[in-house]
Amino acid sequence: MSTTDTLPRAAKPRPTAQALRRQEALRALPWVTPTLALIVGVVLFPAGLMVYTSFFKYNNKGIRKSDEPVGLDNYIGPAGALTFPGVPIDRILLNTVLWVVVVVLFTVLLSLLIAQFLNKPFRGRKLLRLFIILPWACSVVMTATVFRYGLQENVGLFNRLLVDTGILEQSRAWTKDPTSAFWIAVFVAIYVSLPFTTYTILAGLQAVPTDVLEAAHVDGASVPQRYWHIVLPLLRPAIAVAALINIINVFNSLPILRLLQETPGYHTGHITTTLMYEYQRALGPGVSSALSVLNFLFCLVIIAIYLAVVQPTKEVA
Amino acid sequence: MAKTPHRGGIDRRPNPWLVSLGALAIVAFFGFPYALMFVTSLKTRLEVTDIPPVYFPAQPQFSNYITVWASSVNPASALVSTTVIAVGATLLVLLIATPAAYYVARFRFPGRLVFLLLVLITQMLQPTVLAVGLFQQFKGWEGYAVWAALILINAAFNLSFAIWIMQAFFAGVPKEIDEAALIDGLGRLQTMFRISLPLVWPGIVTAIVFVFVNTWNEYAAALILVQQTNLQPLTVAMPRFLGLYIQDWQYLFTVALIAIVPVIVLFALIEKRLIGGLTAGSVK
Repeated sequence: MSTTDTLPRAAKPRPTAQALRRQEALRALPWVTPTLALIVGVVLFPAGLMVYTSFFKYNNKGIRKSDEPVGLDNYIGPAGALTFPGVPIDRILLNTVLWVVVVVLFTVLLSLLIAQFLNKPFRGRKLLRLFIILPWACSVVMTATVFRYGLQENVGLFNRLLVDTGILEQSRAWTKDPTSAFWIAVFVAIYVSLPFTTYTILAGLQAVPTDVLEAAHVDGASVPQRYWHIVLPLLRPAIAVAALINIINVFNSLPILRLLQETPGYHTGHITTTLMYEYQRALGPGVSSALSVLNFLFCLVIIAIYLAVVQPTKEVA
Repeated sequence: MAKTPHRGGIDRRPNPWLVSLGALAIVAFFGFPYALMFVTSLKTRLEVTDIPPVYFPAQPQFSNYITVWASSVNPASALVSTTVIAVGATLLVLLIATPAAYYVARFRFPGRLVFLLLVLITQMLQPTVLAVGLFQQFKGWEGYAVWAALILINAAFNLSFAIWIMQAFFAGVPKEIDEAALIDGLGRLQTMFRISLPLVWPGIVTAIVFVFVNTWNEYAAALILVQQTNLQPLTVAMPRFLGLYIQDWQYLFTVALIAIVPVIVLFALIEKRLIGGLTAGSVK
């Protein structure tokens, strides 16, 4: 930058600090403006539009009923997002927390195990690593669909397999009951989150220096001790990042629950994200936007709690 | 002792039996849904809805992989649609995110923190949550313009991850290399293209894969925006195989498996770089 200037500058009047700052900001503009434009135009503007929509009454065809804003009516009014009659909202909020916590926790734990295994040197490891990418490479929609097909009561092969191996006495309509469908969806959500998480942790494992492990071995540290005191602390940043991205993705995951929940209406197997789509169809964009706004705030709260408990900020920032 | 002691070091060679067991478990666990897809894709229309279901088709219908292209859902046009959107969004992200990531990693400037914060917030917002707003903004984009809308949306929502990964890479290249190039008379843009970019190639590859795969499999935005069936991408078009009266599960899974192929090929090409890329992105 200006320090590389070899010309004598003393003759010129020194620019003020403020002018310098402005100059620096101006110089950055061409590099960051396209990003800003895309973020403002395609993310922030629709977000604003949605917040605006949430203060008006619409019918379920998406037509605005009146131009008078209705305050928080769509949120907590008599037919608001949190108070609509017949919606088991407490249960749905609980489901949402369960959904995020259980899926992310099990994803990370399983990924630690799989990554540890795939980090060992053996023949065919490369092929095996490609194999675990399958749920990532296949669209979530299709993976959820094949589970739905396999778990049908009459035509489902997973059901037949469970009966033939004696695990089940009779085939079950897994996806027709809100509770069992919810837990099937939890399984599928873990399943599709594993590839990314495993790869991130695998990347973290490769950064663990072997000489440190050797030294600990020489000093008499056992395998669990080495893992707990050396490997895991070094993996912390990778785990923190993977968990954070998983929280966001899992929270916003729509197709898994939508495809695996075959019960219509406001049942006890919803999370807030799927309830939003139910509202959109039945009540129109007003109430649905209100729930979207709450959903985003809810997501922020969960992330804030995560950041407060795990404190990965040092590594992430 | 019967076993030869290894001189002080950790025995890195794993037990071959355990390895085989682990490998088998992974193949079974990660393979079983796709095995069902494959088996189903070889059945006849009658066999896929047999009660009770049969494990294997009486005669594997490999012809499904040919005839599916002539079905009313027209997977070829859906494939074109998905390809255009995924390639377009990936290129757009590269074009926009690379300079931003480079500049943010290299220079301090007023507003840098605000910019990074904005990028972080986008990571938290997803098309699923913004569906209502996105629909209102883009509902007028009809015909091929809907592809442009989806390219913009996918690019915007994948931008933050790409900037974040690439930024970490650029930050890892010693500043002195850039400064030397600047002293030698290269402009900033040329310095980025000719000096820094070749050094951060793994980071760029990682970003490309992420954006491409995410866009290839994007569902929510496509579902709400694309009304014309001939413009729908695969994720939205495929469920149309399951009609009210005819359920062509065999075709659905045929197309699903075909759609995996480009992604797996991409992964196979860059597998090594991907792990390196994630390291720099997450571990510093």
